[in-house]
Amino acid sequence: MAYAIEGATGPWEVVVGLEVHAQVISESKLFSGSSAAFGAEPNTHVSFIDAGFPGMLPVINRACVAQAVRTGLGLNAEIHKVSRFDRKNYFYADMPQGYQISQFEHPIVGTGIVEVELSDGSVKRIGVTRLHLEQDAGKSLHDQHPTKTFVDLNRSGVPLMEIVSEPDIRSPEEAGAYLRKLRSILRYLGTCDGNMEEGSMRADVNVSVRKAGEPYRTRCEVKNVNSIRFVMQAIEAEAARQVEVWESGGEVKQETRLFDPNRGVTRSMRSKEDAHDYRYFPEPDLLPLVLEQNWIDALKAALPELPDAKKARFRSEYGLTAYDAAVLVAEKATADFFEAVAKGRDPKIAANWVTGDFFAALNRTGKTIETSPVSAANLGALLDLMANNTINGRIAKDVFEAMVETGKDPAEIVEEKGLKQVTDTGAIDAAVDAIIAANADKVAEYRSGKDKLFGFFVGQTMKAMGGKGNPALINETLKRRLS
Amino acid sequence: MALDPTTIRRIATLSRIRVEDDQLAPLAQELNGILGWIEQLNEVNVDGVEPLTGGAQMAMKMRDDVVTDGGYAEDILANAPDRNGAFFAVPKVVE
Repeated sequence: MAYAIEGATGPWEVVVGLEVHAQVISESKLFSGSSAAFGAEPNTHVSFIDAGFPGMLPVINRACVAQAVRTGLGLNAEIHKVSRFDRKNYFYADMPQGYQISQFEHPIVGTGIVEVELSDGSVKRIGVTRLHLEQDAGKSLHDQHPTKTFVDLNRSGVPLMEIVSEPDIRSPEEAGAYLRKLRSILRYLGTCDGNMEEGSMRADVNVSVRKAGEPYRTRCEVKNVNSIRFVMQAIEAEAARQVEVWESGGEVKQETRLFDPNRGVTRSMRSKEDAHDYRYFPEPDLLPLVLEQNWIDALKAALPELPDAKKARFRSEYGLTAYDAAVLVAEKATADFFEAVAKGRDPKIAANWVTGDFFAALNRTGKTIETSPVSAANLGALLDLMANNTINGRIAKDVFEAMVETGKDPAEIVEEKGLKQVTDTGAIDAAVDAIIAANADKVAEYRSGKDKLFGFFVGQTMKAMGGKGNPALINETLKRRLS
Repeated sequence: MALDPTTIRRIATLSRIRVEDDQLAPLAQELNGILGWIEQLNEVNVDGVEPLTGGAQMAMKMRDDVVTDGGYAEDILANAPDRNGAFFAVPKVVE
């Protein structure tokens, strides 16, 4: 069932396109040699170029160009060997040059494709229109003084990739899936850290609504949404607003809006009414950007395995389900962790432990895979202890908890706590005999046909042995003694 | 192409240039003169000629990704009409 907004006149289809601004991972800025790092003292990561001083000329950073090309390749997109920079003219206090150097007519990357998996298991292809390089503006602080705005230019000139999607998205869920997939690809490539909280990835959301089969209606742009959840909420709120406007006989006006997450509504940014007249013209300070095919080829050859390819390999090489594979490849660090655990072991057991107990422990302790107290090698060693019957599955859970707490290796914990599985048949026989002797009534019931009681005897025996009995041997012994 | 006073007013606003009302007509005349002069270029036949992207037939030079600049906030702020600590201070601009 396709997503729709139910209006008084029936269902409305939602049409969404996303413009994602992704901060390029680099040491220095796009056109100057000052640092692109986040979080320095105000105006210290600023050169005369970034501050718009007269006569300063931009020189492009090769690594940023490479990052844009690598991202384009990761999005299955065409790389334009000749592209050009343009000036986008507007005035704002945190943009000292009075224009942003961007790419308008001739972007470095053309059309591409992102495949997203939806919750019903289907796969949807979302078109990428283009990717271009541009500079970020500085940062304005409006809440530090009653009548003044403070400006820090550290971010001025930091490299951004703007990645524009086709209006192929039809629901908040698809928008969320697209953003997560895009972030995953960027992080695999190492071209953007995808951190929406720190603003290194932000989205402008273009929303319109229409009746089935109609051409597109007027769209509105919701600017600068900084989390995937807010993007999804903004689409819902803005689409509902537009349906109401159309159904009450009004007309949706093309405009820029802001999403207010506290109230869950979008509102008009009137001050931006003139803003769309950017008077673009070719940047006279920069020559065309020309790329050599062999340079592009070398970048392509060095690309890492990307999420889609890794997912396909996890399914074929390890026999994982589509779901497990998708969960494990979402982050490269997780995928690497899983592969280290699975290597030379049963991959399905490894996948169960990683996506089950291991993820649960990270969630519970607020740790990430990078700060995890349990290393892949130690989790693997735990699986080995189970495989060679040193411990049973129940004890393994306890050992794992101890590993989470102490970070120790499992063999050490098993040794220290004396958790080795008891496979000595004499000890098991003795435990079973004691349980049978102590529960004569239950034994009689069992023998008269109440089969379900078998579980009770297993549980009692295991308990008597401190959980360390070999389950298969206990079962076998009980069956023999009870029959 | 002729610019009317409304267009002149709009361009001036976008460029943040103050233009008094009595300057609009003379400005329109001057700008129209410049545009008319440039429009003569349209008379040249450029069929089959590649667009010229610069005065020199060169591609852009690239630099290495190394931090070589910055770290002089005082110089950056030296011409600021107003400041607060290490920040520029401007009249409040809020959405």
